[in-house]
Amino acid sequence: MSFNNLDQLYRQVIMDHYKNPRNKGQLEDGTLTVDMNNPTCGDRIHLTLNVEDGKVSAAKFDGEGCSISMASASMMTQAVKGKDIETALKLSQVFSDMMQGNDYPDDLDLGDIEALQGVSKFPARIKCATLAWKAMEKGLSEDGK
Amino acid sequence: MNAKEIKQYFPILDQKVNGHPLVYLDSAATSQKPIQVIEALNKYYREDNSNVHRGVHTLGNRATDAYEGARDKVRKFINAKAREEIVFTRGTTTSLNTIAQSYGRANVKEGDEIVITYMEHHSNIIPWQQLAKETGAVLKYLPLQDNGSVLLDDARELITEKTKIVSIMMVSNVLGTINPIKEITKIAHEKGAIMIVDGAQTAPHMKIDVQDLDCDFLAFSGHKMCGPTGIGVMYGKKDLLDNMEPVEFGGEMIDFVGLYESTWKELPWKFEGGTPIIAGAIGLGAAIDFLEEIGLDEIEQHEHRLADYAMEQLSTIEGMTIYGPLAGEKRAGLVTFNVGDVHPHDVATVLDAEGIAVRAGHHCTQPLMKWLECSATARASFYLYNTEEDVDRLVQGLVQTKEYFSDVF
Repeated sequence: MSFNNLDQLYRQVIMDHYKNPRNKGQLEDGTLTVDMNNPTCGDRIHLTLNVEDGKVSAAKFDGEGCSISMASASMMTQAVKGKDIETALKLSQVFSDMMQGNDYPDDLDLGDIEALQGVSKFPARIKCATLAWKAMEKGLSEDGK
Repeated sequence: MNAKEIKQYFPILDQKVNGHPLVYLDSAATSQKPIQVIEALNKYYREDNSNVHRGVHTLGNRATDAYEGARDKVRKFINAKAREEIVFTRGTTTSLNTIAQSYGRANVKEGDEIVITYMEHHSNIIPWQQLAKETGAVLKYLPLQDNGSVLLDDARELITEKTKIVSIMMVSNVLGTINPIKEITKIAHEKGAIMIVDGAQTAPHMKIDVQDLDCDFLAFSGHKMCGPTGIGVMYGKKDLLDNMEPVEFGGEMIDFVGLYESTWKELPWKFEGGTPIIAGAIGLGAAIDFLEEIGLDEIEQHEHRLADYAMEQLSTIEGMTIYGPLAGEKRAGLVTFNVGDVHPHDVATVLDAEGIAVRAGHHCTQPLMKWLECSATARASFYLYNTEEDVDRLVQGLVQTKEYFSDVF
């Protein structure tokens, strides 16, 4: 039996983030806290961010969910650390475009995130991947106001 | 009953999904529709479509006869005393909300109690939460045993003289537990409470006799029993319905309309404001004909056999957690499980790649998931068109799921 299709979804790097999540836990002194869940499936994320001088200095997540949602959360926290708010929000937009199969600018170093590209072929799983990003976007947009 | 032959009535099942013959194991979410139901809808829209109860022209009469004929079929299907006791709604959720908003608001006061269980579907929790908040009543939950059952002794203790409403599902959409509704109804009545039955997972799968159960209300949906979406039933005892106010007002449900006062039609139409769900009801009637021709007892036995077989086969896979009744105990035709540490979404995605459709998530039962101490589960649910081969495919799929994830980890 061939799982070629599935291999596009469950890339090694995704499974690595799922098994060994980066930035798991919560920042005791987090300046921003966002709780978000996916009401249709029960996935949930508790995101804490520290923002100093317009930059995300630290990010941690807690929560429960499937491999895609947790790996995506791990990658997101990794990606936004050290970025200014504008860049972090831009990344979120790029990620959203990637999930919808739209073109996205290639001038950003996406690193591990690129591995999530295969999710766009599995429509039912897109919302798993975007949960953490939506949480980050919500937190940073509110902060920017 | 020959499931393989029955399968042929369901055109949708004859297709490949992701390169594999479809195995549909999500009938507890919604069932597939036989050609008889599809044809009934087709015929109605092609030949008889018209509004009902305004009978001057021929089409109007045909539509009215078909719509009201469906009501008679439902009456017989659940053995209600009178056709007036059958109200067509949008589905189980609407039925339960109507009972809460109409009967509930008129009869529940501060300090009264409403009793449900931990296993209820959200549609049989939130209407009562809202009613309790509005009225100051107390919402109480019947606890569950490890095998997902409720104890009659607990019911006797929890249901008190203060209890006005007991509302319980007959069959659990997650655990597959079959609740002792007749006995609980008796307890409720002894304390002066009314008994409401959520029959969403019962009506498609086994004979319901509302007179034998003696329940006061019964709610169920057409789409889980081979009928179309958007149609459901609220059964209520006539003397209760007679004393209830409608919750939707407008056309179709009125008797006389004045400038400042109006009066309502008689039962059941006072609860059917607006142009009713005509095609839906006709489709439900066709679904009832279909199910009765095969026989509800036959269907029930077939599903029990499949559930037993699935339990037997699934328990051979190492690391499976199966929820609800234990092996050998009676369960409805569904199995809810988790496969080791693999998240149920991932299980469902791998199975889908094999053409096998199962449900993954919280199944609209968040309080129950909390009680089970898990955030999500996977569920395979069976119906009259499922076969042992379907179960075998599921088992193979799960073995492959385990292998796949042990490889990638």
